[in-house]
Amino acid sequence: MDAILLQILNGLDKGSAYALIALGLTLIFGTLGVVNFAHGALFMIGAFCAVTLQRILNLSFELVDETQTDFLGNPLKVKTPYVEAWFGPDIGGSIIDWAVPLAILFAIPIMIGVGYVMERGLIKHFYKRPHADQILVTFGLAIVLQEVVKYFYGANPIQTPAPDALNGVVNLGAAIGMDIVYPVWRVVYFFFAVLIIGGIFSFLQFTTFGMVVRAGMADRETVGLLGINIDRRFTIMFGIAAAVAGLAGVMYTPINSPNYHMGMDFLVLSFVVVVVGGMGSLPGAVLAGFLLGVLESFASMNEVKSLLPGIDQIIIYVVAIIILLTRPRGLMGRKGVMEE
Amino acid sequence: MFGLDKKDTSKLIIVACLALLAPFILNPFPTDSALAQFNAGYPDLMQRFVIFGIFAIGFNILFGLTGYLSFGHAAFLGVGSYSAVWMFKLIGMNVIPAIVLSVIVAGLFALLIGFVSLRRSGIYFSILTLAFAQMSFNLAYSVLTPITNGETGLQLTLEDPRILGVSATADGSIPVTNLFGLEMRSTFEMAVGPWAFQFNAGYYLCALIMLAAFYLSIRIFRSPFGMMLRAVKSNQQRMNYTGLNTRPYTLAAFVISGMYAGLAGGLMASMDPLAGAERMQWTASGEVVLMTILGGAGTLIGPVLGAGFIKYFENIFSKINDNVLHTWFSFLPDGMEDAVVFIIHPFIGKGWHLTLGILFMLVVIFLPGGLVEGGQRIKGWLSRRKAKDGGKAAGETNPAE
Repeated sequence: MDAILLQILNGLDKGSAYALIALGLTLIFGTLGVVNFAHGALFMIGAFCAVTLQRILNLSFELVDETQTDFLGNPLKVKTPYVEAWFGPDIGGSIIDWAVPLAILFAIPIMIGVGYVMERGLIKHFYKRPHADQILVTFGLAIVLQEVVKYFYGANPIQTPAPDALNGVVNLGAAIGMDIVYPVWRVVYFFFAVLIIGGIFSFLQFTTFGMVVRAGMADRETVGLLGINIDRRFTIMFGIAAAVAGLAGVMYTPINSPNYHMGMDFLVLSFVVVVVGGMGSLPGAVLAGFLLGVLESFASMNEVKSLLPGIDQIIIYVVAIIILLTRPRGLMGRKGVMEE
Repeated sequence: MFGLDKKDTSKLIIVACLALLAPFILNPFPTDSALAQFNAGYPDLMQRFVIFGIFAIGFNILFGLTGYLSFGHAAFLGVGSYSAVWMFKLIGMNVIPAIVLSVIVAGLFALLIGFVSLRRSGIYFSILTLAFAQMSFNLAYSVLTPITNGETGLQLTLEDPRILGVSATADGSIPVTNLFGLEMRSTFEMAVGPWAFQFNAGYYLCALIMLAAFYLSIRIFRSPFGMMLRAVKSNQQRMNYTGLNTRPYTLAAFVISGMYAGLAGGLMASMDPLAGAERMQWTASGEVVLMTILGGAGTLIGPVLGAGFIKYFENIFSKINDNVLHTWFSFLPDGMEDAVVFIIHPFIGKGWHLTLGILFMLVVIFLPGGLVEGGQRIKGWLSRRKAKDGGKAAGETNPAE
């Protein structure tokens, strides 16, 4: 029982990353009808926003402290981050410690900007071209973004720890008398994902802006004829989708040290998630993300693996293939979306 | 010639000349000159040119003719490599059975994957092939380790049976791949003055096979079957409405292009008898997409050009370093020289992929027909200029449109 609960937690946790990326992909696909192969790169840029903020906060100056000596007997050079010098060691230290959560604030404007520039500068020109061209140009863009990040940050993974307070483990089963020990940060990640997903859905559901966007997703032309500048709103939605991918990346950094090709690794999986959920269906993307995450973590249980060796490696793809062949529109796909 | 019209024959002859004279063409600099490092005429690289040429020609039969964008073609290449290496382990070091087996296995594999993936089209097809390829890649890394030897990659050992050959040579080393006794790695060097040209047996085998593959692709392009595939690309729905089942045609195209990929994989293993799972990763599939698009999808000669272009510049660019740049730009004033080198620095050496990505984007944005379209545009521009000069003399000949 404990093991099963643990796997469900693991799955929800993995699934929340898939769901966030797939949600962004679907937002872009549903509004602009563009298949964005650079979405994984946006996830990666988000992660590197956290790295950058951490580096900025750690910028420091050196002081020679005459009272202390190093092991050679020379006066010790003490490095003090500017933040600690300005706010005092206590507040400054905790600001540095909380770099990753703070990076959320840092990443949102950057990601929206990146998304805006991407849509206006490049993707806008590809609406009328075939889907194959859209895939190819965004694939090229993904390579370029990845290589740019590699140039500035190097090829090795960069450690970005979570704040100390959130770094340990917690026993989630204590209340119900069970023993389920789980890393705190992963719990935080899950709730963060739920928060973002809820935020996006309520934004689309309960605001006028969201209503117009949903109307545009259903029938872009008619909304345009009503005198609404739907293109501008879709551009903003692209920025929001980029921000969602970026935030997923920011929060993922303590779980997995970011490197330049993390986006590509996630991209393939999140495409599979989108297809399973149904192209253009937001609830489908979220549902499929969590579903595939849970399935994947169950498949990696030893009992299952001894029954079907290697199933953990391929379960997602097998499910995707079965679903595409039996329910071509995906779990919650709408009729008429991407059916040439 | 060979049942081709004049234009196609000349294309075949151009490719044949390029391939057979490659040791000369790719070695334009004397060995002792400073530019000798930009020579690409050594066997290893030339083999890669033609092998990836075959891969891209095959990919083009699928993508160029039917418009189905497969993101999983590297899987067939990997399968081909593995079966070729197994042939070397079990049967013997002759390359013919290995290549034949790799083509057959890749074809069967393509039949299986194509049968499932081709039930959907467009973006779904791309994602299905991507999923299949990733699945094979993951399997090769994990469960299939007894067959693929996992992360280490499949290699020859002294304990292999090799029923039709020897497990080990007289001096106790692993035998080398050969074609009825002609060793693939045997190289004949010809020194002409300061130049040194290398003629490698393996390269010429690959080049001849590539010519055969190229010839076959011309025939496919010009055949009624090829016309049918083009019809699928331009409007599949209409084809279906006329009561024609398009799936056998697309499946045939998929299998043929899978067999080309298997052939490339088999040749790769024949030149260097080892196979690793990383050949199946989806970035490897992406590479052949890049080659085909860059050269010109749907054209005959484009994929060959694209493969040669990418492999050549990958080699050249990764060799340029800051010192080379400094010698190139030494005619500039000091500060400017440093500035120019600083600007170019990210694009060379390890930054080759950045250059490739930018180049690829530019091609997709401005030249959807790739290098071939670029060439045609330049040609058209030149001839238009000539026509203008002539046209002025003869009076207005060009209508407004």
